[in-house]
Amino acid sequence: MSEKKLGWKSLPIGGYLLEPGSAMKYKTGEWRAFRPIIDQEKCVNCLLCWIYCPDSAIIRLEKFVDVNYDYCKGCGICANECPVKCITMVEERR
Amino acid sequence: MVRLKDLPTEELFTSGHRLCAGCGAGIIMRMTMKALRGPTIVVSATGCVEVASTIYPYTSWKVSWVHVAFENAAAVASGIEAAYKAMRRRGAWDKHVDIIAIVGDGGTFDIGIQALSGALERGHDFLYICYDNEAYMNTGIQRSSATPHGAATTTSPAGRKIPGKPEFKKDLIGICAAHGIKYAATASPAYWNDYITKVRKGLEVDGPAVIHVFSPCPLGMRHDSSKSIEIARLAVQTRYWPVYEVENGKYKLNIKVPRPKPLIEFLKMQGRFRHLFQPEFRHEIDALQKWVDENWRRILSLCGEKV
Amino acid sequence: MAKVIGLTGDEAVAYAVKQCNVDVVAAYPITPQTIIVEKISEYVHNGEINAEFVCVESEHSAMSACVGASLTGARVFTATASQGLALMHEILYIASGLRCPMVMGIANRALSAPINIHADHSDMMGSRDCGWIQIYAENSQEAYDWVIQAFKISENPRVLLPVSVNLDGFILSHSMEGVKVLEDEEVSKFLPPRKPVITIDPTKPITVGALCLPDYYFEVKFQQIQALKEAYNVIREVNREYEALSGRKYGLLETYAMEDAEAAIVCLGSTAGTAKAVAKELREDGKKVGVIKPWVYRPFPEEDLIRAIGDVKALAVLDRACSFGAPFNALCSDILGTLYRHGKDVNVFNCLYGLGGRDMTPSDLKSIFNEALEVAKTGKIKEYVKVVGVRE
Repeated sequence: MSEKKLGWKSLPIGGYLLEPGSAMKYKTGEWRAFRPIIDQEKCVNCLLCWIYCPDSAIIRLEKFVDVNYDYCKGCGICANECPVKCITMVEERR
Repeated sequence: MVRLKDLPTEELFTSGHRLCAGCGAGIIMRMTMKALRGPTIVVSATGCVEVASTIYPYTSWKVSWVHVAFENAAAVASGIEAAYKAMRRRGAWDKHVDIIAIVGDGGTFDIGIQALSGALERGHDFLYICYDNEAYMNTGIQRSSATPHGAATTTSPAGRKIPGKPEFKKDLIGICAAHGIKYAATASPAYWNDYITKVRKGLEVDGPAVIHVFSPCPLGMRHDSSKSIEIARLAVQTRYWPVYEVENGKYKLNIKVPRPKPLIEFLKMQGRFRHLFQPEFRHEIDALQKWVDENWRRILSLCGEKV
Repeated sequence: MAKVIGLTGDEAVAYAVKQCNVDVVAAYPITPQTIIVEKISEYVHNGEINAEFVCVESEHSAMSACVGASLTGARVFTATASQGLALMHEILYIASGLRCPMVMGIANRALSAPINIHADHSDMMGSRDCGWIQIYAENSQEAYDWVIQAFKISENPRVLLPVSVNLDGFILSHSMEGVKVLEDEEVSKFLPPRKPVITIDPTKPITVGALCLPDYYFEVKFQQIQALKEAYNVIREVNREYEALSGRKYGLLETYAMEDAEAAIVCLGSTAGTAKAVAKELREDGKKVGVIKPWVYRPFPEEDLIRAIGDVKALAVLDRACSFGAPFNALCSDILGTLYRHGKDVNVFNCLYGLGGRDMTPSDLKSIFNEALEVAKTGKIKEYVKVVGVRE
């Protein structure tokens, strides 16, 4: 987030944002106090954690899922909803 | 009906937005984007989703997105719909555009009800989704007419004299259905299949469609961020949030709740109802339970189900 | 080529809108603008124009729908007056902030309270800082001509700002004149379909209306300031093109008998017409008076005003709206600011007149001219802000 900010001459007019999805440059993973750890052996790939994640931070892989820690805010919904309880919330350490 | 693994993996509502951890609205936005069928424009009103997803220069939206003001999403959507209609007629535009207005309960129930009513009456072809977190959450948890009876908000605080909001929640879908629109429905993000199916149905309807979806708010409803979906499920399972649809004026119950959980299960998970558990306000819980029961009976009877 | 039709001001605006091939008209009726929307509705229902007429449920929704429509790249028009303009106030700023080309006809009417439906500039003056280009017409002909030019100015990529064309309620909106109208093809040639710069085309997604925190808001606003400055040039270019087409010459302001004037009246709208007639009479008596009539109020025509003033010694600036609590009313404040900026030493006094449709008679104007001549002669201003015609 240390890019130089553009001035009135180079900014698109009207405050328009021309790059869809530019929010991906903002890593909300820094917010986390707890991080989800997925036991991928136990994961049944039901994808409930994927659909219930507010931040699209569950990555769909072939046989199981993983967490995108760049954006995961550590809300814990995935752990709470997992039908096989293979996700544990562990205190984040930095 | 669709399977999770068949849903598109592309995220048109990307990570990087600033919604709170565990925000129900974030889940709803993602689910909504999974139901699109073609070129889509989202019109947002001022509120949590709008503010958190478009802080210049960051935008979470990979579809065209417009925000004008707080109370006029339906009016802006009307103008966009009319424009494409006119441009198509003179051969300057050839695609069908799905227009979705995404508005909170604030911009729908209160300040935005006029614009919504006008747009429904005029019959514009658009889908209106009200994500209801039951208060003006973005500005700091002030009450709206969608706030339930007894809930504590900053403008209806749990005081010594008046315990939370005295008024009861407005029947939004009833109001919308009264406009004679083809499709109106309630939903809960806990029932993702029902919700996503309804979004697609709403898009496919020729004319206005309204979906009223419950949006848990960890900060405003004062619950643990991990419990958002659980609370959204409980809302339905306690009959607090009946899930039904109204198609061409005909009511249909989508999620039957033959053995409801007591409302208290739902209330005790949320700090905004905590004061009702004090002995002097306990009767308010009964009042709420009574309202839930009466509302459920009313919906059931409209749906032609046995009460 | 030149066809003359009997049209009231409202009808002239509607006729121009018809010829401009608008896509969307979202409007709410309010006296004295009603004829504009009624005529346009007639055209739509008779299949005379392609436009979608959105019968919105309030003026606030009207302007909101217009913003949405403009963002798609469509050509957009609306009309209102008085309370309606006040109701859409917040969206006016958004329309200019989001750089939405559109034209709005305003049949200027007094703002409540008390409720009054007659001519008065308080509605547009109440929103003069909204970032719109604001034009005032003296008669139905000008209203017709300016609406057509307004679309071209508004949609120019160097401007991309909404434009309001103002005409006095009832005095112009409901009075019939012989208006010289162009042929449909001539207007279509002058004003081809809108070529938008950026739109919310869903196949090329963009985000419009993001939250700009203190680190970005100012830059976006500054762009608007620059666009209004560029508008001077664009307006002049469009005027020249229109003159070639119609034979009628427009500019940022119009002068009458200013070449050797010693005193002059500056005013907007229909009163200028009466002032010119009175000035003509006084000239016949050897009095050296003139009239300056800004057509374009925003952006304020500073350079043109300084040129028009020349060696005039006294100006009577007429304001048909009250800036309560201010030392001078709107138009006068702008003129004083302009004079100060250009180091020009002219005696100026302000006349507040015509509120709520109170008539400004030729005799009133004659008194004002005479007073201005007195000020020009003595260099002394007796009353800086006169109020014309109020009973004690």
